[in-house]
Amino acid sequence: MAKRVVIDPIPRIEGHLRIEVEVENGKVKDAWSSGTLFRGFEIILQGRDPRDAWFITQRICGVCPVSHGHTSTMSLENAFNVTPPDNARIVRNLIEGGQFVHSHILWFYHLNALDYVDVVSALQAKPKEKSLQEVQAKVKKFVESGQLGPFANGYWGHSEYKLPPDLNLLAVAHYLEALEMQKEASTIVAQLGGKMPMHMSTPPGGTTFIPTVEVMDNVIWRLKRLQHWVDTVFLPDVLAIAPYYIKYAGIGKGVGNYLSWGVFDDPSFDPKKRLLPRGAIFDGKLAVADVDGKEVKEYVDHSWYTAECGNRSPMEGKTEPKFTKMGDTKYTWLKAPRIKDHPMEVGALSRVLVAYVSGDPKVKSMVDGTLSALGQAGHPEVLLSVLGRIAARVLETKLVIDGMLDWTGELLANLKAGKTQMYAMNDVPEKGQGMGLWEAPRGALAHYNVIEGKKLKNYQCVVPTTWNASPRDHKGVRGPIEEALVGTPVLDPDKPLEVLRVVHSFDPCIACAVHIIHPVTNEVKAFRVV
Amino acid sequence: MLTKRGNGLSRRDFIRIAGGTLATLGMSGTLTPKLARALEKAAAGRPKVVWIHFASDTGCTESFIKSDHPSAGELVLDILSVDYHESIMAAAGKQADEVLAKAVAGKDYICVVEGGIPTVPGHGMIGGREMLDIAKEVCGNAKAVVAIGSCAVDGGVPAAKPNPSRILGVGEALGMKVVNLPCCPVNPEWLVGTVVHVLTMGKLPELDKQGRPLMFYGRKIHDNCPRRTHFDGGRFVEQFGSKEEAAGYCLYKVGCKGPEAWSECPKTRWNSKESWCIEIGSPCLGCSEDKWTDHFAPFYGKLANVALPYGDVTADQIGVGIAVATGAAIVGHAVVKASRGKSPDDTKK
Repeated sequence: MAKRVVIDPIPRIEGHLRIEVEVENGKVKDAWSSGTLFRGFEIILQGRDPRDAWFITQRICGVCPVSHGHTSTMSLENAFNVTPPDNARIVRNLIEGGQFVHSHILWFYHLNALDYVDVVSALQAKPKEKSLQEVQAKVKKFVESGQLGPFANGYWGHSEYKLPPDLNLLAVAHYLEALEMQKEASTIVAQLGGKMPMHMSTPPGGTTFIPTVEVMDNVIWRLKRLQHWVDTVFLPDVLAIAPYYIKYAGIGKGVGNYLSWGVFDDPSFDPKKRLLPRGAIFDGKLAVADVDGKEVKEYVDHSWYTAECGNRSPMEGKTEPKFTKMGDTKYTWLKAPRIKDHPMEVGALSRVLVAYVSGDPKVKSMVDGTLSALGQAGHPEVLLSVLGRIAARVLETKLVIDGMLDWTGELLANLKAGKTQMYAMNDVPEKGQGMGLWEAPRGALAHYNVIEGKKLKNYQCVVPTTWNASPRDHKGVRGPIEEALVGTPVLDPDKPLEVLRVVHSFDPCIACAVHIIHPVTNEVKAFRVV
Repeated sequence: MLTKRGNGLSRRDFIRIAGGTLATLGMSGTLTPKLARALEKAAAGRPKVVWIHFASDTGCTESFIKSDHPSAGELVLDILSVDYHESIMAAAGKQADEVLAKAVAGKDYICVVEGGIPTVPGHGMIGGREMLDIAKEVCGNAKAVVAIGSCAVDGGVPAAKPNPSRILGVGEALGMKVVNLPCCPVNPEWLVGTVVHVLTMGKLPELDKQGRPLMFYGRKIHDNCPRRTHFDGGRFVEQFGSKEEAAGYCLYKVGCKGPEAWSECPKTRWNSKESWCIEIGSPCLGCSEDKWTDHFAPFYGKLANVALPYGDVTADQIGVGIAVATGAAIVGHAVVKASRGKSPDDTKK
């Protein structure tokens, strides 16, 4: 007898997501993912000064505003036909990197960990170290106060929690520490960008931030501290916890198609030479295919829009919101984006896989080392799972923080050599269009603009969670989260902890995902690849 | 490397937290023991908070967790009891609903609202219910409602023209008086400072007509800007990344909205006081103000109706670094008409 389970709200994500699953014989038989908030940013952008778009689109998401700001700026630079100076490339990488590191730390400890760490079990630990005894006393006092705050009504004691009490306690201690460390990473964004969230320094043409030795020294010091913490706390935590949940290397595979637009430019601005390069993987085959932004199509057969809005590429999109009711046919504000009719998973796993399969030596040695540490040497296919998504995000944190220290070196070398330009003059064209393809911590991000009469005629975003939390498409094919949920074992449908684990492995961000597209009548011209 | 934290919150911790708070509140150090006692008393039965998200992007939660004095961790785990907050809570689905229902039934909580309220049916739902209905219930049963960030105050960016989901601020949507803490996002130290003020003084800080605490929204950015002397001296940035920008010239000509923005940004700054918008050479967007997304667009456009000390003289015409001896500074302070009927020197701590 199948049982329908609705989880709404889903906690510890960004935004308003509803997950419905059908559980039969202890396993998920079918799943539906719904985005339940609609704001309509693309409509708001129409008719505005194009240079305002990079400020406005940051407000799509307060968790990854930097990525929206950068992608927007890139799409505008594409339309304005201006290339930022090398120093601006480096500063943007550093700002983006600060956000990635912050986001991944926050995700692992504060959004994801409570699915694996039983806070109440930490009370049974017998710590020898004074600092851990103090943390335990703090937890004890907290629990005895009867005011459990954010820890109230969790699934504590569920038999799927597998960590021994000492490890639970250690994780709780690091949960508190990670709150401080995510702040440090964000502060780097603020030092180069004014504030975080919603940085201010990267308009089309370059940056308004002008580096000084004082600020750069301060940034480097923070980076070294963060790097030390990632090396000595974050990576070891994941390697300590993973063996207890190794079965999740076989759970939550999903659609087996992976997309990365690529992120963190080198001096060539070639997307294939980015720190995490551009590419796509289809049908779980470990081979990288070329991909471009014009191949995206969106479908609305199961979304609250009129039928005419379906089967269109973003540049000729059309949208008329039409809410009916929450039903089996129409059940979400998210559209269903596809490439060549394939649903695509996006995020750290996709980026790391594309880099790994492309033969990037650093990524390859990191991934192989991790597989070996988990007793899975020679089996990269186990990465296509819940555990793989977790590992990929952590490895990416290490990759990015090391990259950031390299970039500070590049910037100082430029300044020493007298290369000080931060900004290239530019102007809004009478008419033009542009595309920016980049990555947010949560995955592939694309912005498209059309300018007429120096104003935005059209603006669209295809964002990470639209890919991941996509509904079924015109052919009835499920989106990545829906597909990953199918087959997931669920011990107790009233406490669907395992469902949360699968959903959280995608790090959903719903504010980003719900967006709409407006009609464009002019033809799509060829884009310069950005 | 492990957290060095005491058993709960010791008096020493309180003194330290209180010290940081004093700086935020602009109080003298002699109040420290009193403040510590007040916070300690509050912690004995931690005040309940229900923090709810409507049409938001979670940017204000992200901002809040950058708080220093106290930190978000200290506030959530030691000082307050944050009983509902979807971004951090363990409970999901029906277990989360139970938590919320219990809190609402108790009617003994402060409600923090992040995000505006969509009023088009179906455009904003949680647990299958309209956000507007949830707001009526959750805000209606609260002891006080604090709207944080532009979205909760007046709908914010997603309520900009043509406002596709007809999003309203909390006060307007519910027809009730709320404390408004605008800015995009809210500055964490102002949110925390407001909470600490209530715990310490047992009442809200003094508010302006728009429900904004005067201690954080009582002065204009322009009047406290480190670049102000350059405005008075007629020295302006004409291009980003230029030597004039590096020298700290005024950003008015590249779009700064500081002359019409009421906020303590120059003093509080952002992210552990490390920086703020104007420091890194960006014009202020005026995000503390009502309907700023429409009111101040285009953002790189020069603000109208700001009288310059010397008429429209450019930095080039004056020459870099040459001071001009006139009564300009006085003129500059007096010319800007306050948009809310205040005189420019109407500042209250």
